[in-house]
Amino acid sequence: MSLSLTPWLVLACPLTGMLTIALLGKKLSPRAAGTIGTLAIAVAFVFAVLTLIKLQALPSNARVETTSLWDLVNVDGVKIQLGLYIDPLSTFMILVVTGVSTLIHLYSAGYMQTDEGYVRYFSYLNFFVFSMLLLVLAGNLVLLIIGWAFVGAASYMLVSYWYRRDTATAAGIKAFVINVVGDIGLVLGTLFLFKTMGVLDYGQLFSGAHTAFEKDAPELVIAMLLILVGAFAKSAQIPFQTWLPDAMEGPTPVSSLIHAATMVTAGVYLIGRLHVLFEWAPTAAAVGAIVGALTLLIAGSIGLVMTDLKRVIAYSTMSQIGYMIMGVSAAAYVGGFFHMMTHAFFKALLFMAAGSIISAMGGNQSLNNMSGFRKALPFTFACFLAGGFALSAFPLFSGFFSKDTLLFEVGARGGWYWALYVAGYIGAAFTVFYTWRMIFRAFWGQPCEQAQVVIDTGHAYHPAEHTNPHTGNEDDPSTQEVEDSEVGFPGKEHKYAETTWQMRYAMIPLAILAVVAGLIQLPFGITNVISDFLQPTFADTIVTYMPDNSGLEAFGLLISSVIAIVSLACAYWIWVRKPGTSAAIQARLPWLHKLFINKWYFDDFYSIFVVRPVVWIGQWAQDSFERVVINGLFIGGTSGLVKASSAAVRAIQTGLIRTYAALVIGGLSIVLLYFLVRGL
Amino acid sequence: MTVNWYLIVSAMIFTIGAAGVMIRRNPLVILLCLELMLNAGNLALIGFSRMWGTGAGEIFAIVVMVIAACEVAIGLGIIVALYRRRLPVDVDELRELHG
Repeated sequence: MSLSLTPWLVLACPLTGMLTIALLGKKLSPRAAGTIGTLAIAVAFVFAVLTLIKLQALPSNARVETTSLWDLVNVDGVKIQLGLYIDPLSTFMILVVTGVSTLIHLYSAGYMQTDEGYVRYFSYLNFFVFSMLLLVLAGNLVLLIIGWAFVGAASYMLVSYWYRRDTATAAGIKAFVINVVGDIGLVLGTLFLFKTMGVLDYGQLFSGAHTAFEKDAPELVIAMLLILVGAFAKSAQIPFQTWLPDAMEGPTPVSSLIHAATMVTAGVYLIGRLHVLFEWAPTAAAVGAIVGALTLLIAGSIGLVMTDLKRVIAYSTMSQIGYMIMGVSAAAYVGGFFHMMTHAFFKALLFMAAGSIISAMGGNQSLNNMSGFRKALPFTFACFLAGGFALSAFPLFSGFFSKDTLLFEVGARGGWYWALYVAGYIGAAFTVFYTWRMIFRAFWGQPCEQAQVVIDTGHAYHPAEHTNPHTGNEDDPSTQEVEDSEVGFPGKEHKYAETTWQMRYAMIPLAILAVVAGLIQLPFGITNVISDFLQPTFADTIVTYMPDNSGLEAFGLLISSVIAIVSLACAYWIWVRKPGTSAAIQARLPWLHKLFINKWYFDDFYSIFVVRPVVWIGQWAQDSFERVVINGLFIGGTSGLVKASSAAVRAIQTGLIRTYAALVIGGLSIVLLYFLVRGL
Repeated sequence: MTVNWYLIVSAMIFTIGAAGVMIRRNPLVILLCLELMLNAGNLALIGFSRMWGTGAGEIFAIVVMVIAACEVAIGLGIIVALYRRRLPVDVDELRELHG
C-alpha cells in the first residue's frame, strides 16, 4: 500500500463505520454498534500507523505527499482538488486522533451500553472522528473548511445528544453558533489569502507567501487574524470560550473526545499547519500567543472555583489549549504538539475517570457532594491520580516534560515572550491547585452516601428519580428537573470502571501513556522523538531563538518542579489538612470568588450585548415587520392579485357546451377567412 | 367532372352539422350532427383522393370512420348514463363544470 492510499483508508474507516451503524439502525444491539464503531476507528489507527511507516521511509527532506481523487473545481485558474496533504504534522495528528478515539469508543461501548440511543450515539461518534480526520488530512483550505464545519456539526449533535434536556439542546446551539462565528472568520481569512495569491493548496500557499506579501503586510495580517478567529472559536480561546463548559452537557465520553482528540486541538493544528504564513505575519502570531496566555490564566482561575467536576476539567482543557495556542503562535511547535499529545492522553483519561465517578454518584456531578471515593473506586482513583499528576506537570510525568518543552521554547524567543513564559508558570500553579482540589475533594475524606453504597453493595448508587444536574441548585437534586431516563443519563444501569471491562481496558493504556509518554522527548536532547519527527514540517521556520539557552532549560525544569511540589503541598494543606481553609479564603476575597465563579462575566457580557439585542430584533421583526410587510404586502398582495385575475378568467368557463362549440367554430372560421383573404 | 361539386356538398353538410351542434340541446341530436360533420370531412377526403388518383384519402376516410365509431360508442355511453341517473337530457342543464 502506497502513501497515497493509506490516508484515504484512514478516512474511509470511520465513514464506513458511521454509515453501517446508521443504516442498520435499531437492528443492531448496543454491543454490536459499539463493536463496529470501535473497530472502525481501530482499523483507521492501523492505517495511520502504516502511513507513519511509509512516511518515515522517505528521505527526511522530502516527507510530503499529496494525493488527490479528483478536482472539485477547475475553472478559470481556480483549482480545488479533493486532495490530501500528508506530512509529519498531519500524520502526527491522525495518529493521536485515531489512537485516543479508539480508546474512547471502547470506553463508550461500556459506559453507554444501556442508553436507548446507542445507534445514534456511535454513528455520531464515528462521524465526529471522520470530520476531524478530514480536517487534519485536507490538502487545501477548502477541504479543511469542510472538515472544520463537519466537526462543528458533529459537536452540536453530540453535545445535545440527550435531547430531552433543555439545557443540553441550549448548550448544543451555543456551541454551534460560536463555532459558526469561527467558521465565518476562517472562510473570510481564506478568501483574503485567495484574493492576493489565487491558490488554496497548502504547498502553493507556503511557497508563494513570501513573494506575494511583504513581511507583516496588512492584508496578510488581517487574513491571519480572521483565520485566528476560526482557531479561537474551535479551540475555545478567549473571547470565544463560553461554549466549552456548556458542552459538558454531552455524555462524558463525548467530552473526552471533544477535549482530547477531535475538536479543540483543531485550532492548534491550524496554526501549526499555517505556520509559514503566521511567521510571515508576526503581528497576527503575537495576537495568537497573547490570547493563548490570557486564556490559560483566566480559564485556570475559573477552574479553581467551579464545583461541577466535569466543568473543572473543561476549564482545565481550556487552559491547557491556551498553552498550546500560545506555544504554536510563538513558534514553539515541538512543545505545542508534544503537549497536545500528552494532553490528549491525560485529558481523555481524566474524563473517563470522571465519567466513572459520575456514574457511581448516580449522575450527580457536584464536587460538594463527593468525598471518599478512594476506597470505593480504587481503579478509578489510580487512573485519576495518573492523569492528575500528568496534568499538574508533576516531575517525571508526561505533562511535566511537554509543558516545559513548550515554555522553554517560548522563553527562548527572548524579548517580550518572557511575559508569556512567566504567565505559563503562573498558570502551572493554577493547574496544580485545581487538579488536586478535584482529587482531594472527590477521593479523600469520609465516604459520601454514594461512595458508601458502592463499598457496601458493589453497585452504583441509583437515585429514586434521575434529575438533570444542570438545572436548579447543583448540590441538591431535589431542586432539579426530573428527567426522562429513556433519553438522559446513560440508561437504567450505571456503568463505572470497576465493574465494566471496556472502560477499564480503555483507561489502562491511557494511564500508562499519561505517566510515561514524556519519555519520548526529554530535555537537553536526551530523546528527540517528537522534534526529529516534526522537523521536516517545521524545517522552513524563520524564527530565531536566543543563542545560548541550556541554562534556561535547566531553570525551567527546576522552577516547574518547585511549583508543582509546593503547590501540591499547599493544596494538600488547604483541602485535606485544614479543610476549612478554602472557605476562609473565599470569605476573605469575596469579590475575587465572585469574579471567578461568574466566569469573569463573559457569559453575562454576551447575554447583554449580543444575545438580547439579537433576540429583541428578532422579536421586533416577527411582531412588526413580518406581520405588516411580509404577511400583508408580499403574501397578501400576491395572493390578492392571483385571486382577482382568476376571477376574471373564470367567467369564460360557462359550462354551456353549445357556447364552446360556437366559439371553436367561430374561431376556426375567422382563422380560415383570414388565410383565404390573405391568399387572394 | 371537377372536385368542386363534391366539395360544395361536403361544405353544406358540414355547415348543417355545425349549426346543429350549436343550436340543438338534445345530446343525441348533437351526436348525430357531429356524425354529419365527420362524414362531410370524409366526403371531401374521398373527393380529393379521386382528384389525385391515389388511395391515401380513402385510407384516411376509413380511419375517420373508426374514430367516429369510437366517438359514438362513448357518446351513447354517456347518454345512457344520463338516462340511468335520471338527469335532464339537455346540454344546457348539464353545466355543473362552469367556473
